[in-house]
Amino acid sequence: MSIYKDIAWNGLWKQNSILAQLLGLCPLLAVSSTMVNAVSLGLATILVMMLANFAISALRALIPYEIRIPVFVLIIAALVTVVDLAFNAFLHDMYLVLGIFIPLIVTNCIVLARVEAFAAKNGLRAATFDGLMMGVGFVWVIALLGGVREFIGQGTLFSGIEMIFPKLSGIQILPADYPGFLIAMLPPGAFFVLGLLIAGRNWLDARANQRLREKRLHEQLPPANSLPA
Amino acid sequence: MSEPVGVGQRNSGVFRISVRTAAIMLAFTLIFTALMAGTYKATAPMVAASALAEKLRLIGEVLPATMHDNDLMADAITLPPGKVLGLDDDTRLWRARRNGVPVALVFETATANGYAGRIGLIVAVGADGRLLAARVTTHKETPGLGDYIDPKKDRNKARPWITQFSNLGFETVPRDKWRVKKDGGRFDQMSGATISARAVTNASGRALAWAVENRERLFALPPDARFEEKEL
Repeated sequence: MSIYKDIAWNGLWKQNSILAQLLGLCPLLAVSSTMVNAVSLGLATILVMMLANFAISALRALIPYEIRIPVFVLIIAALVTVVDLAFNAFLHDMYLVLGIFIPLIVTNCIVLARVEAFAAKNGLRAATFDGLMMGVGFVWVIALLGGVREFIGQGTLFSGIEMIFPKLSGIQILPADYPGFLIAMLPPGAFFVLGLLIAGRNWLDARANQRLREKRLHEQLPPANSLPA
Repeated sequence: MSEPVGVGQRNSGVFRISVRTAAIMLAFTLIFTALMAGTYKATAPMVAASALAEKLRLIGEVLPATMHDNDLMADAITLPPGKVLGLDDDTRLWRARRNGVPVALVFETATANGYAGRIGLIVAVGADGRLLAARVTTHKETPGLGDYIDPKKDRNKARPWITQFSNLGFETVPRDKWRVKKDGGRFDQMSGATISARAVTNASGRALAWAVENRERLFALPPDARFEEKEL
């Protein structure tokens, strides 16, 4: 069980594809202007990562070491094409928004990175779970990024959700005459918010380390009143 | 591998491994190409249906379905690429008729003069020479600034900017007044984002002038014919 715990912890936080590895910045910056777009691309990425990890873990005994990278790229590209076609056929409205970004999942190096680093060396279940967790780690960060940018940029949340659930509609949080904050919606805004998120993560990690160190120090040292004056 | 081997032997070993590796690569390529081809075949009808629905929805935005009773998809001709309409590829022009009488022409046009490059439009021009409506289909204008040319992004929901062209002809707005106010014309622009408005206004004016000039020929061509500009 603990290997799954490790996989989950790595995917969600420690080795998080965006916050720790800084992989997949191209889709990250391109589609994180609203939360709905961000989550939709994130879900497609999860799907591709699970499929790719599963397929490569299943086929790993058949793939010669020397040509593993071309085979991985071939498999990932084929799976992305399949997901792209499926999106076009079943979620057409979403496809109109994400259409040009789904093929870009191919270029999201996190997919190839996990396939090479994990799926090629691990069993089916662990590899698929790793794909899921790395994907979820990608989604929660990109969703947060999209949410912050959308809120600052246009004062709404979940705008565009009617593309997926026709009955729902976005929420206007700030007053309707909020003038908007353009830079948050433009690519530089993505960099700014991403930088803040990474800083936040580093701060949390540093605080956790500090506490750990203090605790260790505390355990090693004798009580203060027994120290020589 | 530390044993000394003859040159011939080693070559045959390398050759065998190369062939084997290439065969494996080929096998993977075949399998996954088959997977893609299968998915393509399975989804093609649905993809085509959504493309058609999308096209009909776009046409419906500029031309109410109640205005005509013919099948637009069947009564269409092909427009060649051309500078006037700013088209790079062959596009379709749909002809709306009611009881066989020409009602309107629906076609795409584009301009490269947007703030961020190409702006695609779909316009409906009535047989009487009025621009029934225009809609932006594709653009990359700055979000929150120039993107009001798309009514979905326009803050004025009651009367979006692009609706000011609706039902106007050159009898009401002379050709040389079919410009934004900043250029001495009739049409509003938003301050700070004139370029987007100017591009759309000029493109719609060009499209209207082109349609008015060619309307008889456009309506007269047989379905699926190819329109050719008159020799100058």
